[in-house]
Amino acid sequence: MARHSPDQQGNTASSGDLHRPVKLACRNVWKVFGDGADEFISRHGGSASASDLVSANLIGAVRSADLEVRQGEIFIIMGLSGSGKSTLVRCMSRLIEPTYGKVEFEGKDLLSISTEELIEMRRHRMGMVFQHFALLPHLSVLNNIAFPLLIQGMGREQREARAREMVDLVGLSGREHFYPRELSGGQQQRVGIARSLATNPEIWFLDEPFSALDPLIRREMQDELIRLQGVLKKTIVFITHDFDEAIRLADRIAIMKDGEIIQIGTPEQLVTSPATDYVAEFTRDVQRAKVMSARSLMQKPGRAKCAGTVAPDAKISSFSAEIVSAGKPFSVVNGSGKPIGEVHPQAVIDLLAGIERSTANQ
Amino acid sequence: MSTVADNIHRGDSRGIGMWPLIWVGALALVLVLHYGRELFPAAVQYPADSVIPFAEWISALMAWLRENFTWFTRSITATLNVPLSFALDLLAKGFKFGHGAEAWTLPRLSWVGVVIVAFLAGRAAGGLKLGLLTGGCFLYVALFGQWTSSMLTLGLIAIAVPFCIVTGLFVGIWAWRKPWAERFMVSPALDLMQTMPTFAYLIPMLLLFGNSPVSAMMATAIFATPPMVRATMLGLSRIPSEISDFSEMAGCTRRQKLWRVQLPSARPTLMVGVNQVIMLALNMVIISSMIGAGGLGYDVLLALRALKVGNAMEAGLAIVAIAIALDRVSQAMAAKQARGHVHQDDDVRSFYQRYPNLVLAIAALLVTTVLSLAIPAFAKVPAEMTISTARAWKDAVTWITINWFDVIEAFRVTLILYVLNPLRAFCEGFPWLGAVFLLGLAGFQLGGWRLAATVAALTTFCAATGLWEKTMATVYLCGISAFVACLIGIPLGLMASRSDRFERFLTPIIDTLQTMPSFCFIIPVVMLFRIGDVTAMIATVAFAVVPAIRYTNHGIRQVPASLIEAAKVSGCTRTQTFFRVQLPVALPEIMLGINQTILMALAMIIICAMIGTRDLGQEVFIALSKADAGRGIVAGLAIAFIGITADRLFNAWSARTRARLG
Repeated sequence: MARHSPDQQGNTASSGDLHRPVKLACRNVWKVFGDGADEFISRHGGSASASDLVSANLIGAVRSADLEVRQGEIFIIMGLSGSGKSTLVRCMSRLIEPTYGKVEFEGKDLLSISTEELIEMRRHRMGMVFQHFALLPHLSVLNNIAFPLLIQGMGREQREARAREMVDLVGLSGREHFYPRELSGGQQQRVGIARSLATNPEIWFLDEPFSALDPLIRREMQDELIRLQGVLKKTIVFITHDFDEAIRLADRIAIMKDGEIIQIGTPEQLVTSPATDYVAEFTRDVQRAKVMSARSLMQKPGRAKCAGTVAPDAKISSFSAEIVSAGKPFSVVNGSGKPIGEVHPQAVIDLLAGIERSTANQ
Repeated sequence: MSTVADNIHRGDSRGIGMWPLIWVGALALVLVLHYGRELFPAAVQYPADSVIPFAEWISALMAWLRENFTWFTRSITATLNVPLSFALDLLAKGFKFGHGAEAWTLPRLSWVGVVIVAFLAGRAAGGLKLGLLTGGCFLYVALFGQWTSSMLTLGLIAIAVPFCIVTGLFVGIWAWRKPWAERFMVSPALDLMQTMPTFAYLIPMLLLFGNSPVSAMMATAIFATPPMVRATMLGLSRIPSEISDFSEMAGCTRRQKLWRVQLPSARPTLMVGVNQVIMLALNMVIISSMIGAGGLGYDVLLALRALKVGNAMEAGLAIVAIAIALDRVSQAMAAKQARGHVHQDDDVRSFYQRYPNLVLAIAALLVTTVLSLAIPAFAKVPAEMTISTARAWKDAVTWITINWFDVIEAFRVTLILYVLNPLRAFCEGFPWLGAVFLLGLAGFQLGGWRLAATVAALTTFCAATGLWEKTMATVYLCGISAFVACLIGIPLGLMASRSDRFERFLTPIIDTLQTMPSFCFIIPVVMLFRIGDVTAMIATVAFAVVPAIRYTNHGIRQVPASLIEAAKVSGCTRTQTFFRVQLPVALPEIMLGINQTILMALAMIIICAMIGTRDLGQEVFIALSKADAGRGIVAGLAIAFIGITADRLFNAWSARTRARLG
């Protein structure tokens, strides 16, 4: 019997939950470095080509970024080093002032609010995790986690109680009084995660949170993030240079190159219809069965008898073994149990084989 | 900056074959000038009638300041005197109330208590071993009869150091936040404060604040603050940008960001600064005994003036004991904070459990001090307990001078006749315009026009103030001392870098050498060689050898292991690896060591004015005894400019080598 559940990784918010409200949006955001950058961009009315910038001796770290992050989704900004992803996330949190454009938090312009409002907002509604953890070396684990609460002026007992909750949440119980340097990288990042969650933020920025970790630990932490997100349902902006990580975690991915966003889409969309050769290059080695859902292989219901049922959003890899051994199509049923199509084993075999062929071509 | 770099590159590509030729030509030109001095006398000796009277101007300015601001400076003196005399009374003198027959005194802290506190502080900072060391150092001071002087010195330090730390911290923060302030005000001021000889500070302090411990404290503060400023700027600029980003994202206000995130994150670097402040303050408190600081420095000074070598040695050793105790404790505290604390809950424990050492220390002081009211042995170190070694030192010196006189004297005279005097004559007769020209050329080759102009201007100042001969006398003594120090230090450093055992043997020795205040180096040398240039040179070599050893060792050891492996794999022998890989890669670091050695030699040469050198140091020394501010400050500036010239040239050279290595 096939598994009905959507992918067990818990990517429940899948392709195009367009009905969810927009939490954070960038509208034509530019960050340009160099002398006279402000003046240059406003003169060009917020649009300039790469060669314009070069001839003006400016560096366009982020160029004309447009994106919308919806409530409760994991939005991943993926790009290689120097692509501007870190600059973009810092513009979104206003750690860096964008040169041009708007950043909207729930429809309100983040760039026009006062310093006091910004501090208030960061204290209660934003959290951030850093690549190199950014733990305070002079504070114990517990005090590190309680730090954001401390600076809000919360009383000692209250903030320590909350910090202890967070310690439990990330599985560091018993290490409350350790100092950062006494912890492994993975443990340090757990502290970083706990600290950023202590204030119960609505939007959660993760800036390459697992890039400094060993591959095995990285995987473990990715699972941990998926588990946490299953409980917490935050709106997440996640930065990475690792396409596999992006595929594994994302609801939607924005791919950046040279300061520009070249495509935004679900992992499946990127794999099935890459916008440029650059994107295709990334997706070439991705195991399609892990990304593509039953819906994308679905045909109209036929006469043949079905050996099982799957949900439309179920990833192929979650039922490929069963369908191939059964040798019969599976029925695709929607939420209310009504069949909307079927998947044939041959289509699955082709998909799996196609991957093998493309790897063999390399 | 880019223009400088451009110049370097252009210079490189254009002049690789040219520079040796240019130098040969320049040297020939200057030699012609040197030996054909009758041709252009004005280029050899700066014309006396065009000397710029900086000294008079400064004296006039100081006189005006004294005239108009004495009320102000004297009120500062009075204000600062309150905490200072409290500390001195507490540690050394006891509190006196009333006058005449009705006067009564509260006793000073009992020496027994202070020794216990020293032990506890050492134990708290670095365990039992350190506790025994610091307790032992203080006990030594007590038993060798230097208690009261030592406590006067310590009292001054106790007030000066917090002042330096707080001032340094705030100036450092300000300079870090405002790059323009750093570039145009703080950095040049720090350079000047640290290269200006310590004596030169004393004169304006003396004039403005009078002959009192307060002037000594002000001079100490000026001298000892720069490392704290530098440590603060360095520590703050080294904080990873992510930590600053985090504090923003956590919603810190500007103040919270600074005090709760940035400064604590920079704490290890700040503690290094604190350690340096303490050591420099100790050094300066000793030197400023000349303007009324009193304490151990004054004892040394008196004894040296009376040529009581034994007494000078005793006081000097007490300084060393205190220096070692302070240095080790502050270093251990820095290391301890970096290591962190024991894992314990703070909230459930009593005050005693949280601060056991503090409670014990206060208790020890109270009990012993109260006891000292009844038991005199607690108030004053009993005479029968103290040991005087002055006699022994004197006897030793007498024995040496009787039995080894010929050897020592032969050494001394040979050195003077065949090395020092000819060199001195050559230097003093060196044409000033030639020096300006050669240094400017070096500056141009190493760093472009700006460096050339700076170096030439600084050198011209020395000549234009009519101090050329004295400047060259300083350069000669400093140069030969630094040369000998490098000759000894670099091979030692190389040996240390190639043998761990030798390094372990050498480390405690150079640590101690570095801890000792400069004053102390003079004493044993004077005992053997009496006063004069030879003594100055030997003391300077001993003082300045440390950086040459340390930087060489460090430079060789920090060559990346992968480079050495690469050399081995390509079939280099050990010698080849050393000469073809390690030495070239370590060269910039070694050059920085030489630079430091030169600067330290310069500082020491000036102090050697006390034992009868005839250079700029003597000029300052004389100005100090005559309270002639103009003369002293101009000579001090000339010394500072020698230091800055050497420093700039060496740094440019080192940077160039480094850039070439990539």
